[in-house]
Amino acid sequence: MPPRKSRARGNGAADGALPANLSGDDLADYYRRMALCRAIDERIWALNRQGKVPIAASSQGHEAAQLGSLLAAEKDGDCFLFPYYRDLALKFAAGITAEEVMRSFMGKAGDPYSNGRQFPLQGADLPRKIIQISNVVAAGLTQSVGYALACKMRGEQTVVLVYFGDGASSQGETHEAMNFAAVHKLPVIFICENNRYAISVPQRKQMGVEEVASRAAGYGFPGFAIDGMDFIGCYEATREAINSARAQGPVLLEMKVERFMSHTTDDDDRRYRPPDEVTQARQRDPLITFGNLLLEQGVLTQEQIDHAAADALAAVDAATDAADNASPPDVSTLHQMVYSG
Amino acid sequence: MAVKSVIEAVREAIREEMRRDPTVFVMGEDVGARGGVFLATQGLMEEFGEDRIIDTPLAEASIVGIALGAAFRGQRPLPEIQFSDFVWPSVNQLIGEAARSCYGTNGAVQVPMTVRIPYGGGIRGGLFHSQNVETHFFHTPGLKVVTPSTPYDAKGLLKSAIRDNNPVVFLEHKKTYRLVRGEVPDGEYTLPLGVADIKRPGNTLTIVSYGLTLHYCLEAAQEVAPEGIDAEVIDLRTLTPLDRETILTSVRKTGKLLIAHEDNVTGGIGAEIAALVADQAFEYLDGPIARVCGPDVPTMPFAQTLEDAYIPDPTKIATALRRLAAY
Repeated sequence: MPPRKSRARGNGAADGALPANLSGDDLADYYRRMALCRAIDERIWALNRQGKVPIAASSQGHEAAQLGSLLAAEKDGDCFLFPYYRDLALKFAAGITAEEVMRSFMGKAGDPYSNGRQFPLQGADLPRKIIQISNVVAAGLTQSVGYALACKMRGEQTVVLVYFGDGASSQGETHEAMNFAAVHKLPVIFICENNRYAISVPQRKQMGVEEVASRAAGYGFPGFAIDGMDFIGCYEATREAINSARAQGPVLLEMKVERFMSHTTDDDDRRYRPPDEVTQARQRDPLITFGNLLLEQGVLTQEQIDHAAADALAAVDAATDAADNASPPDVSTLHQMVYSG
Repeated sequence: MAVKSVIEAVREAIREEMRRDPTVFVMGEDVGARGGVFLATQGLMEEFGEDRIIDTPLAEASIVGIALGAAFRGQRPLPEIQFSDFVWPSVNQLIGEAARSCYGTNGAVQVPMTVRIPYGGGIRGGLFHSQNVETHFFHTPGLKVVTPSTPYDAKGLLKSAIRDNNPVVFLEHKKTYRLVRGEVPDGEYTLPLGVADIKRPGNTLTIVSYGLTLHYCLEAAQEVAPEGIDAEVIDLRTLTPLDRETILTSVRKTGKLLIAHEDNVTGGIGAEIAALVADQAFEYLDGPIARVCGPDVPTMPFAQTLEDAYIPDPTKIATALRRLAAY
């Protein structure tokens, strides 16, 4: 991939045509996944206020970045993912059921990531090729680089996608991970979902550069800043990055996104964000812009879009009821799996 | 049987396991052409190549973090932290991440990683080349902690650690590397993790120790033997899993317990063993549980007088033995 300046696309439709390597079915499928992610995300916040979900971090505003890159990984077929704590949409869309998501958020048995030991959707979903051990930011970066090193040692072609926020970009391990990946030319794509806030601390207090992507030059590999609200752009950039990473080593992709909600259900962003900032950001809601693009391109009808929303709500309703009635983990599991056999 | 040093035994174990299993690889600072600062990996890059003996950038957090990620994919990484004093930048990856990886994924993820760490003092290393770090890992469920004292134990335990599917902190007391020599069988053998070894049988009282201090305990036991004090000396060999039965069986026989280690006394391994014995062998005790340990200062200082004053040496241990035997 030749070095180039950051590119900014309009919301998908700006340059018209859809990628030739995607079918209408692919796009319709991903639109429905995004609608489902949004519906479950919103429901989880409501359940938190009802006292049924202890904690949640929202993906709202990050969906195009998470799902666009996921689609590229899925199409490639040999990618492994190390997400971070704000990647609810990514983890859900990767293939677990709505009920499993709800069991995880309510701390019920059958949580596929940790069986109720960890914060929601944290742990591992190996069938979907996902590991996220903790929410210590940037700890997953060095681990992802080690995973890629192991794949290379074993003669495998796997490309590793590791996700992190702008906050994690300040950690020392981010530097160590990128440096080591560069030395060994490992097939890792560092995906920074930059929403410009580390909880409450704005980007201007976090770094002296405009773009996290510019740091890639310091390690000797390519870095690109792209519009993370543009599903098609995120898909294309990730697809190219996968090919590049497999051929010649790491790539840094900074996906500029908007955080629609507070940091978590325990945060109140009115303390530190200008009141109209989120209102402005929502003008570029990826669910709406992606839907509009598919309407314009004739991939979906308005009726199908309306159906997607209604289907998503029905699926979330059913998942909520099922998880609410599900059993908690048996207390005997407290002592299990401290060590593996 | 050939007589070998601890460092030679460690090197043999690494070489044999790397020959046996192609997923085993070494990473660390100066482990390649230099062969490690203590020469634990001397000659290994020539045999196994740069891809399996990886000289890393000088960055401990990533040494352990990258090893951990490689373990997730089924490799058996053998990272080396050059000195225990430098382990702290990697402690999040060890205590925060590796120790919780199996539990936090409900058993989906295994961590077949052994982190080798030269530790301890008595070599004029001062505050940052002498530290005892074992208690921090001993306190952490999910880790195994191994502390051999002899070449035979070091080799057999390291081979078992490498084959284990859990994160193992393998602590090699750096003063034993060349000071302690002993017979090592020529053929293949392993020693199980979690089994203590009675290095000296006795009936008067029980001494529990590990690492370099174990040898000081043996010297002290020898010194007081002519006085009719017949000490049984238990080498824990692994701190986690802790061989509680061997300790309890011995104390039930002797009725007296002394614990000796170089690490700080407060909250150390000895405190846990004292609590164990007080809880499960209280009726058998015929004297107070004694501890001869490093004092509560931040590691042994550089000056010879201060270092000597810190170390639980044979003289201090013998004094405590006489006091305990008098009960």
